[in-house]
Amino acid sequence: MIRIQNLHKSFGKNHVLSGVDLDITEGGIFAILGPNGSGKTTLIKSILGMVIPDKGTILVEGVPTKNRSLYRNRIDYLPQIANFPGNLKVCELIRMIKDLRGKVAYDSILIEKFQLAPYLGKKLSTLSGGTRQKLNIVLTFMFDSPLIILDEPTTGLDPISLIQLKQLIHGEKKKGKTILITSHIMSFVEEVSDEIVFLLEGQVYFKGSISSLKSKTQQLDFEHAIASILKDNHAQNIKI
Amino acid sequence: MLKILKYSFFDLMRSRWSYVYFAFYLLLGVVLLFLNNDLSKAIITLMNIIIILVPLIGTVFGVMYYYNSKEFTELLLAQPLKRSSIFLGQYLGVALSLSMSLILGLGIPFVIYGLFKSNAIWDFSLLLLIGGFLSLIFTALAFNITLSNDNKIKGVGYAILLWLFLAIIYDGIFLMSLILLEAYPLDKLSLAGTMLNPIDLSRILILLKLDISALLGYTGAVFKQFFGTGLGLIVSFLMLITWVAAPLARIIYVCKRKDF
Repeated sequence: MIRIQNLHKSFGKNHVLSGVDLDITEGGIFAILGPNGSGKTTLIKSILGMVIPDKGTILVEGVPTKNRSLYRNRIDYLPQIANFPGNLKVCELIRMIKDLRGKVAYDSILIEKFQLAPYLGKKLSTLSGGTRQKLNIVLTFMFDSPLIILDEPTTGLDPISLIQLKQLIHGEKKKGKTILITSHIMSFVEEVSDEIVFLLEGQVYFKGSISSLKSKTQQLDFEHAIASILKDNHAQNIKI
Repeated sequence: MLKILKYSFFDLMRSRWSYVYFAFYLLLGVVLLFLNNDLSKAIITLMNIIIILVPLIGTVFGVMYYYNSKEFTELLLAQPLKRSSIFLGQYLGVALSLSMSLILGLGIPFVIYGLFKSNAIWDFSLLLLIGGFLSLIFTALAFNITLSNDNKIKGVGYAILLWLFLAIIYDGIFLMSLILLEAYPLDKLSLAGTMLNPIDLSRILILLKLDISALLGYTGAVFKQFFGTGLGLIVSFLMLITWVAAPLARIIYVCKRKDF
């Protein structure tokens, strides 16, 4: 589904990605994890073509993404910070995105699911953070694309919406879709993901199932396994 | 690109500032025509206002629109759209809505005044055309500044400096250099100096058409002598088109290489 080879990206002197090699097979939920500033968002934005890599290739469904735009029609993306043009109404934004994509959309089911109907006539600038994130989710899931990329999808959601989001993710997985998720909520990652990709200092440090990560780090629960990677790495750095 | 243009255009058409800008020109047109009653004087006054004000509004609007619609742009970048069509669409949305405020704001009072029956219609149309060109040029320059500066304060600062330079400082430097180099033949220098500033170029173009030699000044006279009125008009139009095309080419070049 996605093949990344030797991906490099730096912003000024800051080398965010230094040689990422990653293969994402079709179907299943992949969590991209890593400490703050490890390049998760940069990696995702590179796949989407919003960040232009310095070196390396990215293939989505076997096609190189460089200088192309149409492959994005096969991707649904949930951005990390849900900022929308403030003077549009909710329904206008939904209509506009549908118009730009020109694809069949399932917006009404999702609007009902996340109870957004009362907000449809309101301006986007008046929405609360949580409602904005719900709208963001609706805009992402309303198209039926084979690849879904979610950047911190749980931000600001109340418990009911969180349950609904999980149901939604599971439903999409059953349809055989490939889903990439980044999150800092470890319990959420453990609950939904099949495989994890751990980024550290711009490279893929670990890729595999949660159980193999636990056995590798000799920890009993997931959160401690992640913490032990970070601790070990930190200790190593100090030694050097 | 047309879809982006449509959304940007309607977004701006709903904003209060478009109406303020439109109302200002409407008022200006009414005051100049109905209180002055001299059409050719009205056109010269309008020219003086347009060649200073349109560039200012074009740069400021262009810069503000770009920074305010940053989120919208990021939303668009994740859609299956080409980068060049996103930015050109937004650019045309701004430039065309500004031109429309100008053309409607000044056009309506002139039509009411009975423009179609007067022989000033060509002078007036040229004035509006130049206004349109200046909107296109300065919005494009504004987009160039913002694409290269993510820092809003820097971007606004550079934009205002650019306007100040082309509208006021440039003339001063130009005049000084003419005085300092008095002893040499200055035809070529003054021709080049005029071509390199779209505001000066617009002024000369309108004055050539109006055929008011008293207002042409030294540069205008050289221009007229060198090209004659007909060729002078054509050459200055070609220069104006270059002034639109070159910044546009840079917008496309920069936006394809930028990280968001």
